[in-house]
Amino acid sequence: MEISGSPSLAVHSENLCRHYRMGESLVCAVDGISVDIAAREFVALLGASGSGKSSLLNLVAGLDRPTSGSVIVHGNDLAALSREQLAKYRLHTVGMVFQSFNLIPSMSLFENVELPLRFAEVDRRQRSELARQSLERVGLSRRLTHRPMELSGGEQQRASLARALINRPKLLLADEPTGNLDSRTGTEIMELIRSFNETLGMTVVMVTHEQALAEKYAGRMLQLADGKIVGDVRMGNSASVRTSSAQASSPQRGST
Amino acid sequence: MKLYDITDLALRNLRESIFRNSLTTIGISVGVASLVAMLSLGIGLQQLASRRLEKSGLFDTVVVTSKRDMRNFREARDEGPTPADSPALDESARQEIEQLTGVVEAYPDIRFVTELRFDGKPHLTMVAGIPFSAKNNNDAFDGMQGGFFTSDTGAELILQKSFAEELLGITPKPGTDDTDIGQLAKSLVGREMTMRYAERTTSPSISSSIPSTSSLPSSTGSADGSVYSVVSRELTLKTVGVTDLDPDSMRGSGRARVFLPLKLLQSLHVMSESRDTSANSGPTYSSLSVRVGNPNQVPSVEDAIKKLGFGAFSLVDATRSVRQFFAVLDGFLAIFGSLALSVASIGIVNTLVMAILERRREIGIMKALGASDADVRGLFFAEAGAMGLVGGAVGVTLGWVIGRLINFGTNVYLVRQHFPPAQIWSVPLWLILGAIAFSTGVSLAAGLYPAVRAARLDPVQALRYE
Repeated sequence: MEISGSPSLAVHSENLCRHYRMGESLVCAVDGISVDIAAREFVALLGASGSGKSSLLNLVAGLDRPTSGSVIVHGNDLAALSREQLAKYRLHTVGMVFQSFNLIPSMSLFENVELPLRFAEVDRRQRSELARQSLERVGLSRRLTHRPMELSGGEQQRASLARALINRPKLLLADEPTGNLDSRTGTEIMELIRSFNETLGMTVVMVTHEQALAEKYAGRMLQLADGKIVGDVRMGNSASVRTSSAQASSPQRGST
Repeated sequence: MKLYDITDLALRNLRESIFRNSLTTIGISVGVASLVAMLSLGIGLQQLASRRLEKSGLFDTVVVTSKRDMRNFREARDEGPTPADSPALDESARQEIEQLTGVVEAYPDIRFVTELRFDGKPHLTMVAGIPFSAKNNNDAFDGMQGGFFTSDTGAELILQKSFAEELLGITPKPGTDDTDIGQLAKSLVGREMTMRYAERTTSPSISSSIPSTSSLPSSTGSADGSVYSVVSRELTLKTVGVTDLDPDSMRGSGRARVFLPLKLLQSLHVMSESRDTSANSGPTYSSLSVRVGNPNQVPSVEDAIKKLGFGAFSLVDATRSVRQFFAVLDGFLAIFGSLALSVASIGIVNTLVMAILERRREIGIMKALGASDADVRGLFFAEAGAMGLVGGAVGVTLGWVIGRLINFGTNVYLVRQHFPPAQIWSVPLWLILGAIAFSTGVSLAAGLYPAVRAARLDPVQALRYE
């Protein structure tokens, strides 16, 4: 569902909640979050494990549905979309990278990167061209036929970045992208993500628990605890800060 | 996703766990093979029986009798004109019947017992007329050695196998059928024999175009006062062929062991007991054989003939129950065959449910990348369908081989028991295509539940799964 809103607004959430029932108790993974993220912003979600940062990311990714409240991403009211529409949204609007890379082990790098284009029903010849370009962009043009297990962690994460970019999404969601990497490779990956943010103008939302990483690369840090935003800090190193004056921000909703 | 991509990914997935998927596919193959083997034997037996029945003319022949002939008690209770009013079964009636829709030909049944001299020895036998059309109709004479009559009036005869044996003084052991018909034909074809018969003439003067020697003319008065004579004659005939046609077969030749061209027999005006019950101006026939083009038309032709005032009967009811028997037999065989296939389809469900567990994370990844429910469903569906298709094709081949082996084994047994070998196994094209389609269909049905389950997977849960 298209909701008219500011074209510069990437994510808009209002009183967003995601509750799980675990046996007798109710777990509020995301508990009434209202936040606006501007287009081209680089936002880091920080917090201890169980603070709800991954749950929030899944809601924005359209992998999960809110229990209550709303989340609107580039005009798509995710709570109102059908399963089919949600799949389309994931295909075209967001790209995702994960801590564990999530490449399909039985496929070569080329096939992994090409996979979203199959879902998008892109013509075979064009598909091959796009997949090559995307792998080239992350510096893996010589590894097309390798399977993920034959590559280092850094190479696998680059491949998953190439895959996330293939459909030219507006929003890149990264869940601990450097969590399984040593610091040097982690830095390489972060540089790549920053370049996407700066040169391709993608909005980046990254979950991490490394404060230093967030401070170095993100333009804004959202601190989460118990499913709520407890801190919203802006730095000077985001593309959005340098280019956009129409930056939307959310009031901090700290207290319970 | 496009069909090509679904197929491509499905085949790739099948190759990834090649061992397990092969086992599942072999399971389907065995199921299809048992189905095909069972049905091919059922169909083969049915065809064998049908061939036998067709040979005997049971399928397409209607026998027509006159109701004036009171010896046909069979028709006595039928509705219609009383015997006295019913029309005569003469040449005009024959032509009228031949004009009925569905009738290919109608010819009189001429048969009589007479003496045949061969090598100076007399042999008593039933002689029957065979229409010239029998040369090409069905496969009534397909086992014949030598040749058919050269013309419809030629002075030629065809011997039945058992009579040929009698002529040559061969006495086969009872219950066996090991005389080589080719050998009989070799020693008999081309040989001449003399037939003695009684000619009935309406006038005392003897006139016949057929070369014959005459003796002992005698005159007899019939019931209604007309006068005719009976002249004893002889006719020399040349043997042209030996057939293994069943002597009990119907088509106008019941229990006859010597066959002559029908037109020749008609021209001889042979005196026979069944022809002189009502002697009017023209000759009448005791019965006609009516050959119908399509066995399905037999009942309607039978009805039409009855409306003309004649008695008619066919054995179509008998053949119908034979067909019914085979339909039931095929049904049973198919059920047993399908049982194996249904067990195999449970194997598909099992394999695919296992695959969901194993590929849970992969399904989650695909969904995170934007695969729709339909994409995931289609993928599992295609995998099930591919296993069914391959299993079906392999199964048909396997079933074909099994059927052949059973056929071979049976024939070895038959030959040892001194029976002629028989084709008891048949795999028509529709069975091949039908079995493959059926196995694909069953596999798709089996894939339905796993496919829906895979499509419904929650991506967050699936991605968390290690």
